[in-house]
Amino acid sequence: MRPLPATLLYVNVVVVATCGLVYELLAATMGSYLLGDSVLQFSLVIGLYLSAMGVGAWVSRHVGGNLARRFIDVELAVALVGGLSAPILFLAFAEVQRFQVILLGFVFAIGALVGLELPLLMRILQNEVAFKDLVSRVLSLDYAGALLASILFPLVFVPELGLLRTSLVIGLGNALVGLWGTWLLADQIGRVTSLRIRAGAVIAILGVGLLFSTRLTTWSENRLYADEIVYAKTSPYQRIVVTRSPSGFQLFLNGNLQFASADEYRYHEALVHPAMVAATAAGHAPRRVLILGGGDGLAAREVLAHPSVEAVTLVDLDPAMTALARRFPPLAALNRQALSDPRLTVVNDDAMVWLRTSPGNWNVAIVDFPDPNGFGLGKLYTRNFYQLLAARLTPEGAIAVQATSPLFARKSFWCIVRTIRASGFTVAPYHVAVPSFGVWGFVLARRAAFSPPTTAPNVALRFLDGEAMAAMFRFPADMAEVDVEINQLDDQMLVRYYESEWRRWQ
Amino acid sequence: MTLSRRDFVAMLLGAPMAMACGRQRPAPLPDGELLTPGKAGGHRLRDATVGDVRVPDDRWLTTDVVVIGGGVAGLSAAWWLDRAGVRDLRVLELDRVPGGTAQAGASEVTPYPWGAHYVVTPLRHHRAMLALLEEMGALAGADEHGEPVVAEDLRVRELEERVFYLGRWYEGQYLQAGATAADRDQLARFRAEIDRWVGWRDGAGRRAFTLPASAASVDAAVTALDRISFAAWLGERGLDSSRLRWLCDYACRDDFGLLAADTSAWAGLAYFASRVARPGAEHQSVITWPDGNGAIVAHFTGRLGDRVLVDHAVADVRIADTLVEVIAHTPDGVRGVRARRAIVAVPGFIARRVVAPLRTGARPAHTVDRGAWAVANLHLDRRLRTRVGDAPLAWDNVLHDSPSLGYVVATHQRGREHGPTVLTWYYPFTGDGAAARKDLDGATREDWAEVALADLSRAHPDFRDRCRRVDVAYWGHGMPRPRVGAVFDPALAAARAPLGPIHMASSELSAVALFEEALDHGVRAADEVLAT
Ligand SMILES: Cc1cc2nc3c(=O)[nH]c(=O)nc-3n(C[C@H](O)[C@H](O)[C@H](O)COP(=O)(O)OP(=O)(O)OC[C@H]3O[C@@H](n4cnc5c(N)ncnc54)[C@H](O)[C@@H]3O)c2cc1C
Repeated sequence: MRPLPATLLYVNVVVVATCGLVYELLAATMGSYLLGDSVLQFSLVIGLYLSAMGVGAWVSRHVGGNLARRFIDVELAVALVGGLSAPILFLAFAEVQRFQVILLGFVFAIGALVGLELPLLMRILQNEVAFKDLVSRVLSLDYAGALLASILFPLVFVPELGLLRTSLVIGLGNALVGLWGTWLLADQIGRVTSLRIRAGAVIAILGVGLLFSTRLTTWSENRLYADEIVYAKTSPYQRIVVTRSPSGFQLFLNGNLQFASADEYRYHEALVHPAMVAATAAGHAPRRVLILGGGDGLAAREVLAHPSVEAVTLVDLDPAMTALARRFPPLAALNRQALSDPRLTVVNDDAMVWLRTSPGNWNVAIVDFPDPNGFGLGKLYTRNFYQLLAARLTPEGAIAVQATSPLFARKSFWCIVRTIRASGFTVAPYHVAVPSFGVWGFVLARRAAFSPPTTAPNVALRFLDGEAMAAMFRFPADMAEVDVEINQLDDQMLVRYYESEWRRWQ
Repeated sequence: MTLSRRDFVAMLLGAPMAMACGRQRPAPLPDGELLTPGKAGGHRLRDATVGDVRVPDDRWLTTDVVVIGGGVAGLSAAWWLDRAGVRDLRVLELDRVPGGTAQAGASEVTPYPWGAHYVVTPLRHHRAMLALLEEMGALAGADEHGEPVVAEDLRVRELEERVFYLGRWYEGQYLQAGATAADRDQLARFRAEIDRWVGWRDGAGRRAFTLPASAASVDAAVTALDRISFAAWLGERGLDSSRLRWLCDYACRDDFGLLAADTSAWAGLAYFASRVARPGAEHQSVITWPDGNGAIVAHFTGRLGDRVLVDHAVADVRIADTLVEVIAHTPDGVRGVRARRAIVAVPGFIARRVVAPLRTGARPAHTVDRGAWAVANLHLDRRLRTRVGDAPLAWDNVLHDSPSLGYVVATHQRGREHGPTVLTWYYPFTGDGAAARKDLDGATREDWAEVALADLSRAHPDFRDRCRRVDVAYWGHGMPRPRVGAVFDPALAAARAPLGPIHMASSELSAVALFEEALDHGVRAADEVLAT
C-alpha cells in the first residue's frame, strides 16, 4: 500500500470547511431575506449548525467499516444536500407555510454531515501522521476554510453568482473534490467503481440543477437587478421578481419597479387617501371600495385602515401576484395581511373584461395599474375604460388613478388626465415625491364638480398630513399641463407618448 | 378527390410547404368539423323537380311580403320593412341558421365569425347604415366635420394589424421596414392619387367612390376606371414598387378575392378612396365584434324573431295573378307561401334557377363571377409565443408571403390578452371560380386543416402545440367579384329592376361583396315594395 497523500487530503479539509460554512451562510441569508429579522435568523442558523456538527462528530464513533468509503459518501451527501439547499428553499418559500422548519432542517442536516466528516478524516490519517500534528493541521485548516468562506461569500459568490447558483456551484465543487478523493484514497477504498458512479450521479443532479436555476433566474437577470433576487416566478401573465437590499425589499413586474418597501408608504398613502377624503366630503365615509390592479395589497392596506370600509373588491389579473401578497411573509407583513382581511374579496381577471359585467355602486375606486408600456395595459387607461368605471360609481363616488411621472413622462401624465376628463369626470391631478421612483403623478376625479381635499383623513399615516395633502395638488412650471390628445382603444396615443418619453431616460 | 393531402397542401401553399409537412411524419390533427353552409337544403333543392310540386292546402301560408334568402341582403330588406311598419312578412332561409356568409359560430371561450367580420364607419351620406348603427346603440355622436363617430369599444382596438415577413412581425400592413426611398416615394404618389379621388366631385356633387357604390358618380371619368384592371391603372402611373403592388394585391384579395390584375380599377381604388372622408383624412374606423358581422345578423334576427324561417330551401318563385307564389322544401315536406310582393336575396346563380321569369328566359338572367373561399376557425388553448422585438398580436395578422390572408383574433375586441382564444383564418381562391370549385369541392376537413396549420406554423412554430380544434367552412360560391367591367356593366343594372311583384336584392347586384352593398340592395328592394 502506498503511503497516503496527506497534504492533498488536507486540501479536502479546506474544501469541506469552506463549503460547509458557505451553506450555513446561505441558509442564514435566505432566512433573513424571506423571514425578515436577520439577527434571529443568523443566531438560529449558526447555533443550530454548530450543534449539528457536534451531533455529527458524536455519531462518528458509531461509523465503522471502510472509513475511506464512508468519508467519500459523506462528502457526496454534503455536496448533494448543501448544493440543493438554496434552490429548494427558493422554491419552498412561496408555496410552503413551514419555510422556517425546512430551512432549519437543511441547516441541521448539513451541519451533522460536516461534523461527521472531520473525525472520519482524522481516523483515516491517524496512522500516517503523528496525533498532535494531525489535530493541529486539521483544525487549523478547518478554521482557515471558514475564514475563506466568510470572505468569498459576500464579496465573490453572492455578487457574481447569486444565492441559487452559489449553492449549486459550491455543491458541484464539493462533489468534484469527493470524486477526486476516490483516486487519493483508491487503495483504502478498494472497489471504487460504485463510488465513482455515485459521485457522477451527484454531479449530474447538481449540473441539471444549475441548468434549471437558469430558468428560475437567468445569469443576466442576476446582473440586471442591483440587489439580490429572493423570489422569481414567471406566471402566464408576467415575470415577478422580488429583490432584497439593505433598506428592505423591492417588487418588480417584467423588470419594472412596482414598489420599494422603504418608501412605498408615500406612494400608497398618496394613491388612496385623497379619494377617500373626497368621497367622504361629498357624502358619507366610503363603505364600498374597488381596487383595480394593486395585487401587492398595499393600496388595500391603506383602504382597510378606514373603519368605515365594509367591502373591498380587489381585481388583479395575476393569481400568482395575489398569492404572493397573501403568503410571502415580508409582503404579507408589509400589507398587514390585507389580502386575508374578511372584508376583502380577490378577483383574478382582466380589469376591463371584469368591469364590463360587474355590478357597481362603488364609493371609491383605486386604479393602480403598471405603466402603459403596451396596448394590453394601455387599454386600461382609455376613455372607454374610464367610462365603464364612471357608470359603476355612486353619485358621490371618487376615483384615484396612478398616472406615471408628470416629470419624466409629462405628456403621458397629462394624456391620462385629459382622457379621464373626456370620460365625464371633473379631475384634480396631483403628485408626490417617492424617492425610489422620483416625482409621481395621480389623478383624483369625481363625476360632479369638486375642489381638491385640503385635510388628512382621520387615520394614522406616516406621510400625508393636511399640509402635504394641499401641496400635492399644486403643479410647478416644469410639470404643468401640456397639449396632448386623449387615449382611445383604437388610437392609443398614451402608449406612443409613453414609449417616446421613457426612451429618453433610459 | 384523388389528391393526397400532401398534394393538396402543395396545390394551395406551394411545393416547399408540402415538402416541409411531409418530412415531419403526419402529426395527428386536432378534432374539428367541416361546415357546409346550406348543404342539406341544397341537396333537397337539387333532388326536387321544379314546377309540378303539389303543396297540400294546409301547407300554404299567406303574408304581405316574403323575402327569399336570409343573408345580410334579405335580412336588411326585412328589417327595413319592419322599421317602416310592415310587420306581416317572412324571411325564408335555406340554411339551418340565418346570416349567409355573415354567420357566426361560438365556443365556450368566444363567439367567432365564419365569414364577414367587419364593416367600416359610414360617412354621413349613408343613411341606412347610420340608422342600423343607431338602432344597435353603436353611434357615439359626430366629429367636428359632422361625420358620424362609432362607439369606442366597437372600433378595432390597437393593434389593428401587423404583417409577418421573413421571420418577423411588423406593425401595420404596408411593409415599412426595409423600404427604399423609391418605395416610399411611390407610396406617397399613390396616396396623392387616392387623395385626389377622395376630393373629386362630379357636376352633381357626387363622389367617385362611395360605399355603397350606388351613390357614386357615373361620370365618364369614373366609369372608365371599370374598363381597366387595377394593376393596369398602377402600371400606367409607373407605380411598380413591389411593396405597393403587394399592398394593392392584398387589398383586392382581402375584399374581393381577386388579384389586382383581374380587379376592376374602380373597385381597387374604391377600397382605398371610398372609406376616407376628405383628402388627408384618416381611413374611416373599422368596426368589428367578436362574432364579426354575425353581431349585426343577430341584431336583425332579434328584431325579426320567428318571422325568419330557417331550413326553407326555396325552389320556385312564380307570379300567380297578382300574387307571388313561393315553393320551399323543408325537412318536413314542401310548403307554399303566397305574398303580395317578394324580395329575392339569393346569389344570381341560384336566382336564375328558382325565379320563374329568369328560368324561363322571360328576362335574360345575369350572374356575376363568384370566387371560392375557405375559412378555418382554429381554437388555441393559450396564446402563441411571441418573440422579443416582434409587433404584438393584432386584430388582423397578415402573412406577407402566403396566398392566405392570415387570421383575425376573435378575443381581440373584448380585450383579453391571455388564455384560450379562437383565430379565424381566411383563404381566397383568386383564380377562375369554376376551376377552383372543381378542385376543391371534394376536399375534406382534414385537408383544409392541414393547409391552415402548415400555413400558420410558418409564422408560429408552436402553432400545432397550441391548437386544439380546427373547424373549417368552405364557401364554394363565396362572393361575387368585381372583375374588369363588372361594376358598371349595363346588364348588372338591368338585373336590379323588379320583375313585376318580384324585387331583387343580394350584394351580387353591386358585383362588390361588402356588407354595405348587401344592406343597400336590401333597403332599395324594401323601398321599392314600400312604394307600391
Ligand atoms: C369568407 C368571406 C368573408 C367575408 N368578409 C367580409 C367582410 O369582412 N366584410 C364585408 O363587408 N363583407 C365580407 N364578405 C362579404 C359578404 O358576403 C357580404 O358582406 C354579405 O354578407 C353578403 O350578403 P348577401 O345577403 O348578399 O349574400 P349571402 O351571404 O350569400 O346570403 C345569401 C343567403 O341566401 C340563402 N339562400 C341561397 N339559396 C337559397 C334558397 N334557394 N332558398 C332560401 N335561401 C337561400 C343562403 O343560404 C344565404 O343565407 C365576406 C364573404 C365571404 C365569403
